[in-house]
Amino acid sequence: MTVQTERPPSGPADVRKADDGGPGAPTPRAASRAGALGPYLLLLPACAATVLLLGWPLLKDVLLSFQNLNMAQLIQHATEWNGVDNYKETLTSEDFWRVTLRSILFTATNVALIMILGALIGLLLARLGKRMRFTLLIGLVLAWAMPIVAATTVYQWLFAQRFGVVNWVLDRLGWHSMADYSWTSSQMSTFFVVTVLIVWMSVPFVAINLYAATTTIPNELYEAASLDGAGAWRSFTAVTLPFLRPFLYATTFLEVIWVFKAFAQVLLFNQGGPDRLTEILPVYAYVEGIGNQHYGMGAAIAVLTILILLGLTAHYLRIVLKQEEDEL
Amino acid sequence: MRRSLFGRLWPNVTAVVLFVGCVFPVYWMFATAFKPTGDILAEDPVWFPTDITLEHFRTATGVEHFWTYVRNSLTVTVLAVAFSLIIALAGSFALARMRFKGRRGFIVGFMLAQMAPWEVMIIAIYMIVRDASMLNSLVPLTLFYTMMILPFTLLTLRGFVAAVPKELEESAMVDGCTRPQAFRRVILPLLAPGLMATSLFGFITAWNEFALVLVLNKDAGAQTLPLWLSRFQTQFGNDWGATMAASSLFAVPILILFVYLQRKAVSGLTAGAVKG
Repeated sequence: MTVQTERPPSGPADVRKADDGGPGAPTPRAASRAGALGPYLLLLPACAATVLLLGWPLLKDVLLSFQNLNMAQLIQHATEWNGVDNYKETLTSEDFWRVTLRSILFTATNVALIMILGALIGLLLARLGKRMRFTLLIGLVLAWAMPIVAATTVYQWLFAQRFGVVNWVLDRLGWHSMADYSWTSSQMSTFFVVTVLIVWMSVPFVAINLYAATTTIPNELYEAASLDGAGAWRSFTAVTLPFLRPFLYATTFLEVIWVFKAFAQVLLFNQGGPDRLTEILPVYAYVEGIGNQHYGMGAAIAVLTILILLGLTAHYLRIVLKQEEDEL
Repeated sequence: MRRSLFGRLWPNVTAVVLFVGCVFPVYWMFATAFKPTGDILAEDPVWFPTDITLEHFRTATGVEHFWTYVRNSLTVTVLAVAFSLIIALAGSFALARMRFKGRRGFIVGFMLAQMAPWEVMIIAIYMIVRDASMLNSLVPLTLFYTMMILPFTLLTLRGFVAAVPKELEESAMVDGCTRPQAFRRVILPLLAPGLMATSLFGFITAWNEFALVLVLNKDAGAQTLPLWLSRFQTQFGNDWGATMAASSLFAVPILILFVYLQRKAVSGLTAGAVKG
């Protein structure tokens, strides 16, 4: 839940390298052998858990996606391989592509809104006086901390057709047709509320992290910029923005992942309705796989979903992996 | 002069608007939970509850199995956080303090594990748990929640361990401590903010988890609070008072923890990220 700008300890690590194998470290052979095994033993539980609880489900998902597995086979514990049939059927179905396109548009819209608003609020936090900043921070933290399921029910109430506050306000503002408006009745209105909900929940993380990042910008940079005759805008683009770029990249990446798999919000607010028109990929996989009991088919959709997510984040992943390679 | 006044004014005005936008849904949840039904279903909203009632909380907690859900949620969350902290501490120490072949591979691996889309893997997990005859049990939930939290905990703690000066540990070892002793007596106390931050985020993840328990545990006896809350609205129709009371009860532990620990946790996290 935080920005991991992976920067391993560069200085101390080099020192360590020297004193590990360096002279004047009289280690008995047995001890040094145990020392060589040490890190692997320490990492063993974490690796075992990852292989068993993450690797296995991933592998299982791939295996299931090549099986004809419906209610009948499930009850009989039968394994019927059917090659790439599930993929063929999924990839040729119009529904799948419609849901994919919808998911990508949904993710793009939300992430764009979250990043723009989050960055602006982060910069605003830096400009505020102490007391005002603290107040706004408290507000942001409250929204950030709201559990997803609770927040979704609260938004159902805010946007309720009868007695909902939002409809009342819209009516008062003169938009009388909204007085009894049902927000769950259409695709766009459902997406609108879900988007407001997700943006509301996600902006604080970006804003607070970005504000924290601005506080680490050395003041000398701004002084140097103003000595060079840079105005406010110029020092923003020349100092602030380049400094914040890694944070912006990292948070965008995390937000893409979170929004893309916003399962609970979409499912709980309107069950993917009306008429399955607001299902995004994770919800679609769930409804097809578990709801309609086409488990093999659902698994194939899940594999494709993971591949799409990897595709969406590939650019950033490459940067991070390369950074790791350079720095370690 | 006018411009500078405006320049000083607009950030504050924007901040107030944003504050209201952030807080209003939370406020409205609590306000509705304490209002009598007559005030909730009023033609014009009652902005500030004057008559306070606890009736909705009684309805919410009076639901069958309520205390089972509370117990289940607490058990699963606390165990998952504890397990992942222990496992991650060992691993983070190795990654931050030791040099060995494949270290980079491990770090990259955990970074990838951190972005695992659990919501998408529920079908495979359902099959695995079903084949092991473990549906409707808290054991698989605890294990998978541990795994959901683990990569983040490990990578974050690695930053905190790396930030502890190595000299402290060395001087403890010069004074006759073994390496594990030095770890326990010197590093562990200094890791307190890191442990707090990671367990806070772990707690939130596990407490919030919805997709997995929805699919795995159909028996009420093995369900957790998010399911109880998600069913509320359908179960109680338009009893918004009870629904908001339930939401408040579910959110309060997290809100308190978060507001209480946030400053420490967030400053700790950024420190960990910058230094680690």
